[in-house]
Amino acid sequence: MNEMTETATEAAVNAAASNRSVKMRGDKVGVFYGEKQALFDVDLDIYEHEVTALIGPSGCGKSTFLRCLNRMNDTIDGCRVTGKLTLDSENIYDPKIDVVELRARVGMVFQKPNPFPKSIFENIAYGPRIHGLVKSKGDLDEVVAISLQKAGLFEEVKDRLNEPGTGLSGGQQQRLCIARAIAVSPEVILMDEPCSALDPIATAKVEELIDELRENYTIVIVTHSMQQAARVSQRTAMFHLGNLVEVDATDVIFTNPSDPKTQDYITGRYG
Amino acid sequence: MTPGVLILIVLAMTIVGFILGRRRAVAMANREKVKLHSLPGYYGQTVALFVAVPAYVLLAAWLFLQPIVIENHISDLIPASAIPEGGARSLVMADVRRIANGLDYVVGKGGVSEDELASMRADISNIRSRLADVGIALGSDVKPVVFQAAKTYRKIGKTGSLLRDIAVLAAALGFGLWALWRVNPRMRARNTSETFVKALLIASSSVAILTTLGILLSLLFESIHFFRIYPARDFFFSTVWNPQFRGGSDLGILPLLWGTFYVSFVALLLAVPIGLMIAIYLAEYSGSTLRSFAKPAIEILAGIPTIVYGLFALVTVGPFLRDWIAQPFGIGNSSSSVMTAGLVMGIMLIPFVSSLSDDIINAVPQAMRDGSYGLGATQSETIKRVILPAALPGIVGAVLLAASRAIGETMIVVMGAGAAARLNLNPFEAMTTVTVKIVSQLTGDTEFASPETLVAFALGLTLFVFTLGLNILALYIVRKYREQYE
Ligand SMILES: Nc1ncnc2c1ncn2[C@@H]1O[C@H](COP(=O)(O)OP(=O)(O)OP(=O)(O)O)[C@@H](O)[C@H]1O
Ligand SMILES: [Mg+2]
Repeated sequence: MNEMTETATEAAVNAAASNRSVKMRGDKVGVFYGEKQALFDVDLDIYEHEVTALIGPSGCGKSTFLRCLNRMNDTIDGCRVTGKLTLDSENIYDPKIDVVELRARVGMVFQKPNPFPKSIFENIAYGPRIHGLVKSKGDLDEVVAISLQKAGLFEEVKDRLNEPGTGLSGGQQQRLCIARAIAVSPEVILMDEPCSALDPIATAKVEELIDELRENYTIVIVTHSMQQAARVSQRTAMFHLGNLVEVDATDVIFTNPSDPKTQDYITGRYG
Repeated sequence: MTPGVLILIVLAMTIVGFILGRRRAVAMANREKVKLHSLPGYYGQTVALFVAVPAYVLLAAWLFLQPIVIENHISDLIPASAIPEGGARSLVMADVRRIANGLDYVVGKGGVSEDELASMRADISNIRSRLADVGIALGSDVKPVVFQAAKTYRKIGKTGSLLRDIAVLAAALGFGLWALWRVNPRMRARNTSETFVKALLIASSSVAILTTLGILLSLLFESIHFFRIYPARDFFFSTVWNPQFRGGSDLGILPLLWGTFYVSFVALLLAVPIGLMIAIYLAEYSGSTLRSFAKPAIEILAGIPTIVYGLFALVTVGPFLRDWIAQPFGIGNSSSSVMTAGLVMGIMLIPFVSSLSDDIINAVPQAMRDGSYGLGATQSETIKRVILPAALPGIVGAVLLAASRAIGETMIVVMGAGAAARLNLNPFEAMTTVTVKIVSQLTGDTEFASPETLVAFALGLTLFVFTLGLNILALYIVRKYREQYE
């Protein structure tokens, strides 16, 4: 109990330092896939209106941690999460929590663009429809248009909203998926290597978009590109073998990391 | 030599050919100090193939053709006077064959020597009783011409077999030696054996295709035969099915088609929703442990012979429906009914639909599910709005395949639906289907060339066209769907 208040004060100090409040907090988060433990006691705070980057060598548990934040791990057979994770100081693994509502608040964009085999319009209308966010067709049109605009895709597709989303280019598809996530007005957006399937130009567009989205949303991004982490994020968390090695402001991590593993990783000595 | 022995001898020659071919290639390469083009085994294989393939092909052709040739020859020996009143030449020929076989048997047992037999004459010795002694029963006393024909049959048969043995062995030896002689280190044995393998595979697939074609052609010819003696218009558009033994039958297909479609419809009405729900449950909800039990368990249903389903329809479902539904509500008195056959057939089709749909639902990429869950959709919303629409074309294909099975199903309808050809809407009445009538028309006592029998082929052809159409449509849809995720 005492320890809890201590971490809380420490976090509060940190928050004050960066002038932001904590949106999500992981407290001794552990994840098991069956018998195998993939994540060990991760304490990580996600600050509001910031981009937090998760970096680390392949298989270190970045995706696993990210998927805990909106309980996507629930869909995996035999996956078990221990510890505590909060969203606005509410424990999201509390049995009373409605997972469906949680996922509407914490949206997700995947590594491979995965538009539904439906029209562009239907792809974006999907979320608002199932959550009953719109009353009329007019509202829906508006939500779709605004989401596409926020994702920077509107100009490119406004004349072909009824064509299948799968017919877009890879980069456009990824922005469509971001627009789809935005359409349900989430508070947090999780992105798992959103640019790994994209070319440099499409990547630049998505990065620009992430930077803009920070105004209104809290973003957590997994990336293998150090430059990308440096360009888009304000905080960076380094994972290694299922442990959180260190987390700090991005410029600190990249200029003056306190752990030699981080130093090695960002200078490309392994991973 | 029996064909079996011959086959074994050629096999032995093949093995010897392999060893010799291999050895010769190696020896030559060593002597000429050159590198073999292929691995030594390929040279052996080439020689072996040249020994075996022509010999076996020749043997097969001979076994197929010899009886035909002999039969024609013998048939010419029998004068028209030897054919009994109202009988057929083919019946006399059957007698000839049986007597010849009987003689073989008598001689084989040492009852009569070949010399004795040569001088035996039907009008003097009592052939019939001697054959009866060895278990060959003949309908009447043996006529001299027939007996002579049987003796000739034996003689030609013997000579033929001898020639066959010589020809086959000569082919094996000749081609084998030729191949062996051609062996040299530069020979592209690897490519030769490749060509052979390819030819073998092509031959196997053409067997399947040619058989299908053959079946189709025989159906077609018999149907044409039928339409020569029965007007096609009456067949396709008459609503009366009433075959008579003495001719003058009404053979309208419509009541049968109606029965077929009605029963299939009831079956699909049961099988499609249940099968689909099973598939959705297995693919989306059940854990892997349950799935590993449930899926094979359901598929066992597909392994039950349809005759067992037929029994089930006959003794359980039929009487149950009659006693508890049809009679209390006064809508029927028969235990055979469209409902009985349809329900039981529906049960038979459930695993068919569920297992195909399950595969199709599983083929929808996990990324689609993740995308939907990630937006906060529940599982049933995801299934309804993402998975089923994506899988729909494939599911339609599965349903069409099930429909074509339902249309072609015979045993269950024979035992469950009854035999009355009716155009009726009441599903608790006995009706009948195309397949049932094919069975009953062919197992009847009528003459083979009569329209009452030949109609079976026309029915079969119609059915074939329907199921073929459904299958093509289904395959087209399934294939189209496949392309979507590639
Ligand atoms: N569904 C699963 N079942 C079992 N083990 C899993 C599963 N998913 C991940 N793991 C294991 O958990 C560990 C962490 O995996 P995770 O996917 O989180 O790594 P990652 O950091 O995202 O790697 P990458 O950069 O390659 O995406 C790995 O050892 C992995 O093998
Ligand atoms: Mg990952």
